[in-house]
Amino acid sequence: MNLHRSTILALAVAASLSAPCLRAALAQEQEVPPPPQRWSFAGPFGLYDPGQLQRGFKIYREVCSTCHGLKLLAFRNLADPGGAGFSEAQAEAIAAGFQVTDGPNDQGQMFQRPGRLADRFPPPFPNDQAARAALGGALPPDMSDLAKARSYERGFPWFIFDAITQYQEEGPDYIHAILNGYENPPAGFTLPPGAEYNKYFPGHAIGMPKPLSDGQVEYTDGTPTTVDQYGRDVAAFLAWASEPKLDERKRLGFQVFVYLIVLTGLLYFTKKRIWHEVKHQPELTEPRPPTEYRRS
Amino acid sequence: MSGHSIYEPQNSIIQWLERRLPVASLVYSSFIVYPTPRNLNYWWTFGAILSFMLGVQIITGIVLAMHYTPHVDFAFDSVETIMRDVNYGWLLRYLHANGASFFFVAVYAHIARGMYYGSYKEPREVLWILGVILFLLMVVTGFMGYVLPWGQMSFWAATVITNLFSAFPIVGDPIVTWLWGGYAVGNPTLNRFYSLHYLLPFVIAGVVVLHVWALHVVGQNNPTGVEPKTEKDTVAFTPYATLKDAFFIGVFCLFLVWFVFYIPNYLGHSDNYIPANPSQTPTHIVPEWYYLPFYAILRAIPSKLFGVIALGGSIVLLAFLPWLDTSRVRSANYRPLYRQFLLIFFLVVIGLGYLGSKPPEGGYVIAGRILTVYYFAFLLIILPLLGLFEKTKPLPNSISEAVLRVGVPLGASAPPPSGGWA
Repeated sequence: MNLHRSTILALAVAASLSAPCLRAALAQEQEVPPPPQRWSFAGPFGLYDPGQLQRGFKIYREVCSTCHGLKLLAFRNLADPGGAGFSEAQAEAIAAGFQVTDGPNDQGQMFQRPGRLADRFPPPFPNDQAARAALGGALPPDMSDLAKARSYERGFPWFIFDAITQYQEEGPDYIHAILNGYENPPAGFTLPPGAEYNKYFPGHAIGMPKPLSDGQVEYTDGTPTTVDQYGRDVAAFLAWASEPKLDERKRLGFQVFVYLIVLTGLLYFTKKRIWHEVKHQPELTEPRPPTEYRRS
Repeated sequence: MSGHSIYEPQNSIIQWLERRLPVASLVYSSFIVYPTPRNLNYWWTFGAILSFMLGVQIITGIVLAMHYTPHVDFAFDSVETIMRDVNYGWLLRYLHANGASFFFVAVYAHIARGMYYGSYKEPREVLWILGVILFLLMVVTGFMGYVLPWGQMSFWAATVITNLFSAFPIVGDPIVTWLWGGYAVGNPTLNRFYSLHYLLPFVIAGVVVLHVWALHVVGQNNPTGVEPKTEKDTVAFTPYATLKDAFFIGVFCLFLVWFVFYIPNYLGHSDNYIPANPSQTPTHIVPEWYYLPFYAILRAIPSKLFGVIALGGSIVLLAFLPWLDTSRVRSANYRPLYRQFLLIFFLVVIGLGYLGSKPPEGGYVIAGRILTVYYFAFLLIILPLLGLFEKTKPLPNSISEAVLRVGVPLGASAPPPSGGWA
């Protein structure tokens, strides 16, 4: 009775106080949320699809890597378990296709050599200033953590459901949406010089020209070569690049869960049995050390 | 206290040690035969959960420190190296980051329990004040830890929070320069935050010892707020409390593990995966979720100086609860009005947390001000007055009586009970 009355009262107060915020939230809502995609790595048992990561890597190599670095990744990571599933020989061959700066040598000179497994992906520009100079002032972000560094506002109550449904793919959804969000600007929208209109980019004026078009990157496994599919594949690849231990994490997570549920269950029944005598024989409560404990 | 049996070790080595340093009998009297009220509910397990979490944070933190580089040029990459190349580094870091969040979940539950059952009242004032000090230490430690990965939110949170001190006239700016170790947040700032972030957990551990010591002097409060009177009212710490705590630590860990393994970045901010950039301010600078209520209070007040004072006051006032609350009845179960005002207070704090995550504009500011007024009005006006005017329900004569739901009511002003006590 008391509980009900106070709860209703409290809820009424909370509702009346939050009404102005809700109105403000609605007035703000003009950003278009990225359409959610189906990801093989979503949910408690979702893992990366090596085929998709290889396609995504192909797009990165042929298109993105012209401007975007991947400096936190080494070529050896391409052969890591739970990733793109390249063999070590394949990863070595890929590494050899990149030129890496090494040195200084005996003459004190820096020199170029083909990449090795232990090398990190070489940066596309020697420094940020060089990138800005070459690209008309825009600085393309490094892509190593991009899928974790991008998100969008989920808002109430969605952010609460996300904790239960384990929705963690805001970043990949956003990347896919950006790649598919190039449009003609609506009437009355003035683009700054050098920018393009993107439906999903915050503020809509994006410095990156439309990077992908249908049929641009060749697929050998029969996957459709559309921008929609490219977007999904490269976003999946970047998700792996930012979270390469996801497979290991989810596998270990399941084992830990099973262990903890069993342990907690055992603790519960032990506790129940020990407390039984206290609950049912209120006068028998003399403190006793555990060694003397016997079921009465 | 009652129920203590004399400790007589059988083992000759322990006997030898007992005559020189009676550590075994200390453990025996504090954690085995120590009498705890028999009617404690699961809200009383958060103390054990907090000790457990402190241990988790210290252990994961020490290993993380072996791989971390406190330098503005390397900090971000060294954290990424931990995530990518250190064996189980991802697990250590996600445990530590989510562990901090769950540490605060537990401390908020612990504080809320203390407020609901009046655990701060005589003779537990010092115990309570030590708890507020622990909470303050946790806030400082957590903030400094958040700065260490040196992402965008790390850097800008450090900038915003240290800048708060500049609100104070005359001494403000020198204090900020002194905190930074320079004229902007930079490498000296990161170095000292790292040093303090390593130091403070051990300070916390020290104050926890005092907190537990004080607890064992005055004994635990309980849901009735009536002190244990006879041995019937208590059970031995081991196995009763030990097992109950262990079980609930297991339940708590299930939640922690859910976050660590399945949604490890849910509680973080995506901007913190962008390396710190002093020349680019993020669109919204938001602290970690556990500071949001206090952040909302800070922003609700138009003047920066008074905002900072309100922010500090909102925590420091908690230390004065034993004197702000004038009622002699402890448990909210027997204080119908206090119970309702307190539940609204809890909702207000949650509401402030929501508002703290929103940009300071329009309706959010107005709502933030209303809730801030309630926060302080509850502590400074409602609490002192309630004790004078509230008609409390009759208290049970003893804990056993409350458990057995029989007995004659105590309390002069109260009418006789019309039903059960619950």
